[in-house]
Amino acid sequence: MSDQEDILATAAGWLAEGETVALATVVETWGSSPRPAGSQLAVTAGGRLAGSVSGGCIEGAVADAARKTMETGAPQLLDFGISDERAWEVGLACGGKLKVFVEKLA
Amino acid sequence: MKADLLARLQSARAAGRPVALLTRLSDGAQHLHPEDAAPTPLPAPLTEAAEAALAADRAANVEHDGAAWFIQPHNPPLRLIVVGAVHVAQALVPMARGLGFAVVVVDPRRAFATEERFGAGVTLVDEWPDEAMERLAPDSRTAVVTLTHDPKLDDPALEVALRSPAFYIGALGSRRTHAKRLDRLAGAGLTPEQTARIAAPVGLSINAVTAPEIALSVMAEIVAKRRGAALAERA
Repeated sequence: MSDQEDILATAAGWLAEGETVALATVVETWGSSPRPAGSQLAVTAGGRLAGSVSGGCIEGAVADAARKTMETGAPQLLDFGISDERAWEVGLACGGKLKVFVEKLA
Repeated sequence: MKADLLARLQSARAAGRPVALLTRLSDGAQHLHPEDAAPTPLPAPLTEAAEAALAADRAANVEHDGAAWFIQPHNPPLRLIVVGAVHVAQALVPMARGLGFAVVVVDPRRAFATEERFGAGVTLVDEWPDEAMERLAPDSRTAVVTLTHDPKLDDPALEVALRSPAFYIGALGSRRTHAKRLDRLAGAGLTPEQTARIAAPVGLSINAVTAPEIALSVMAEIVAKRRGAALAERA
């Protein structure tokens, strides 16, 4: 699986700079999700972002969850889909469903 | 992910070693296949799933022992070998790189295969195409495209490519040019079944005219082949 953007390299670079970094990975999709499993978003405590886990619909919610994971160190498995209230809030307009795993780099 | 695991993952990727990262979603426990096998062997079903994910080049979800695991394969990049450092190649190379391909340009004419024309980040080879192709040894993750229009350069490259497991082999040139090419390759001992692998005229039929349009049609066909898209037969 190759992607032009090397999110892992970016995340590793931020980590080397002393940033607190969390990594979000799409682990499962159903329906018309825009990004395939394996797509990644790296987030720093300072708010830097690289990559994507959707067409932009859930990045904000994932970044919020990532902040929590950066504080606690505990990974999270997030569920987004049309049956999920939060998805309505963040507007997953595509009608797809996906699961996103969020972990801290430490 | 632990920083040392990330470092090992990145060094495997940098060295072009295929590895798969397994993550237990309940607690984030991770295993790098196959490198971590020595201290902590994986259960056989997970090892098999990791190998399958690498072979399919696709992420997978597996249940094992009541736990959900996510498997992310990290294969070395797909490779594109371009024979002929010509004008179309100058449009094709950056597009292929943007699509994640590691690109090699082969042209023994030294005025053509220059960094000035192709920039950094591309491997330029000035050997004769047959020698270069033997050395580069196309595998099932390699696409080969010949662009020189010159049988002296294109044909030897195609002969090696057609005896390799390359997943895509394309040759620039009109139908008439291709008919003559098939005659020559038959003369060189290649069977019709072998030469039928050549995509020619190269690329999807989008009435491409300019070099970037031809590059687009070629990369679109390569992606389609790679992803197993159903394409119409060539007219």
